[in-house]
Amino acid sequence: MSVTRTPHAGPNFHFKPYNVGRWLIWGFFALALLVAPVIWTSGLAQTMLTQIGIAIIACLAYNILLGQGGMLSFGHSAYSGLGSFLAIHSLNLASSGSWNIPVSLVPLTGGLAGLGFAILLGYVSTKKAGTPFAMITLGIGELIWSMSLMLPEFSGGEGGVSGNRVFGKAVMGITFGPQIQVYYLVAVYCFICTALMFALTRTPLGRMLNAVRDNPERVEFIGYDTHSVRYMAFMLSGLFSGIAGGLAALNFEMVTAEVVGAARSGSYLLFTFLGGATFFFGPILGAILMVVALVLFSELTKAWLLYLGLIFLFMVMYAPGGLASLIMMNLRVAAFGKLRRLWASYLALAGTALTMLAGGGALVEMIYHTQLNEALGPELQFIGVTLNSEGIDAWFGSSFLLLVGIGLFEVARRQFRLEWDETQEEIEKEIKRRELL
Amino acid sequence: MSQSEFALELLDLRKSFGKSEIIRGTQLQVRRGERVAIIGPNGAGKSTLFNLISGRFAPSSGEIRLNGKRIDGRKPYEINRLGLARSFQVSNLFTRLSVFENIRCALLWSMGYRYAFWKFLAGLDDANDRTDELLELLKLDKRRDVLAMNLTYAEARVLEIGITIAGGADVILLDEPTAGMSKSETKRFIQLIRDATVGKTLLTVEHDMGVVFGLADKIAVLVYGEIIAFDVPDAVRADPRVQEAYLGSVLAEAQVAGSPA
Repeated sequence: MSVTRTPHAGPNFHFKPYNVGRWLIWGFFALALLVAPVIWTSGLAQTMLTQIGIAIIACLAYNILLGQGGMLSFGHSAYSGLGSFLAIHSLNLASSGSWNIPVSLVPLTGGLAGLGFAILLGYVSTKKAGTPFAMITLGIGELIWSMSLMLPEFSGGEGGVSGNRVFGKAVMGITFGPQIQVYYLVAVYCFICTALMFALTRTPLGRMLNAVRDNPERVEFIGYDTHSVRYMAFMLSGLFSGIAGGLAALNFEMVTAEVVGAARSGSYLLFTFLGGATFFFGPILGAILMVVALVLFSELTKAWLLYLGLIFLFMVMYAPGGLASLIMMNLRVAAFGKLRRLWASYLALAGTALTMLAGGGALVEMIYHTQLNEALGPELQFIGVTLNSEGIDAWFGSSFLLLVGIGLFEVARRQFRLEWDETQEEIEKEIKRRELL
Repeated sequence: MSQSEFALELLDLRKSFGKSEIIRGTQLQVRRGERVAIIGPNGAGKSTLFNLISGRFAPSSGEIRLNGKRIDGRKPYEINRLGLARSFQVSNLFTRLSVFENIRCALLWSMGYRYAFWKFLAGLDDANDRTDELLELLKLDKRRDVLAMNLTYAEARVLEIGITIAGGADVILLDEPTAGMSKSETKRFIQLIRDATVGKTLLTVEHDMGVVFGLADKIAVLVYGEIIAFDVPDAVRADPRVQEAYLGSVLAEAQVAGSPA
């Protein structure tokens, strides 16, 4: 709540303080979008930043369903993907001169496509919540995927549809040729869409969506049709997903059928969850993680999907609120001035986790190496160490490291658990005490 | 609103689950502003009756009229919009929302905000003021920003009633509002319900006879899916059929418990 009101103020008196904190946060967000390409200037960085901007919109749109509405969708790439296709076709119409639409507005055609398909397909999807919803979205996702391959005129078949975003006269020197210009277009869209999606969480529909997530049965008894609430949220999510898809089409100038594939849907779910579905800003972290993982991790190691799977597994087990909840929990501890006490434990956790990771990582890399890179000889580099995958030493050493790491980590974890619970208890007590004042 | 003198009418209402008929031709006519307690032995169909009236289940046959208008077979939200609200035996809250948000959600529809996504909640002065008023009435104002899942049992029961009355419905069904509360809590709670439902038509399912006499002007006795008596408390108490039904069930329960009555 941004509005704090004294309980005894009269019914007509409204004290609405200027919310400085919120202005600061949004100002910081705008500034970050603005200066990011100035700080990271390489070509790779600019490509990644552009993709992050797009992924932020996509993950936030996905989280309207997952975090705010409690709807687990397995087929949300249908809406971003169809947005991509419509946008690339619009772009081609525009560049051939048969449709006079500026390049900067092409992503909106993607948004309209996402909205249109969400209107069409969302009605059935949102009839039910829970498992039936998940199953229906999975089915519709597969349907769209197979349809896209069956209609090569629309999807370009195996090769996809390509386009060219640079055509016509430059408007104020902007051609959208250089990556940096595309980045700033994405940044503007990203800021506006993020603001709009945040605004949605502060409206009657947004709040009822939370209510439907928490207790759909009760919602029906306070005058709301849960199907309508879910359906409207689904449409809005489709709109923003489509915009993200449209931006991606503009960025890559190429759309293949994989944009409507299950893998894409899966990564929306995975990274939105990793970022944290319970807080509005969680999916933003998830989006950054998504691009970093897809672009950088995949370069670093062939086993990156395995590591990602493990991270996801641990997150689901130990921190189901994702990164965002970890941050918020620690901020709360810090706000009560108790974070200092946990530092030692955190250091122990990090040290033992790294030991475990080094051992486990070496094993995984050696297995991958013997399976995939045998032609390159038995030796491989792992964090600056040369390992011989045929010698017993390397296998024994890494196993030892892994086991010791696991053992020490478990000890550190138990110690941390104790300290953490103690801290939380003290904070609860402190809150109670303040309430009584 | 129609001119019917009855707020709620049940006409030959029947409901079967599979082969067993739970509600067998229930007849009941509740006048506007009456406070009715529905009592009856376990398994008489009291909760089923509430589920039929509020639209959770559709009746197998018969009619339900709210202010003269037929509502049987309608969806719960349609019935709620026509001015009937219910509470639940087990608190049914929006657990991850604050107390304030719980109440505000419950009055958004009746204040006409429906599915609006072009208005900010913070700007809805009437809804926010009304919510704060209700919180004061319910004595939950100190717990305003606590998540519903962190409330004590008694507070959750109060919030349950709050969500029920917030929408301003004029017919209120309360399903065992005091279930699980201590004696002293119950007493305060009854007063609170009385304050919060002034001028409304009230139907309560209750086991605690103290609550029944505290809340109701009239008592309806439901036995095996039929209303066998519907009158002021003294008349109901004197009714031989009620005595028989109750004595019978008391004896049966005592036998089950293995203690002599």
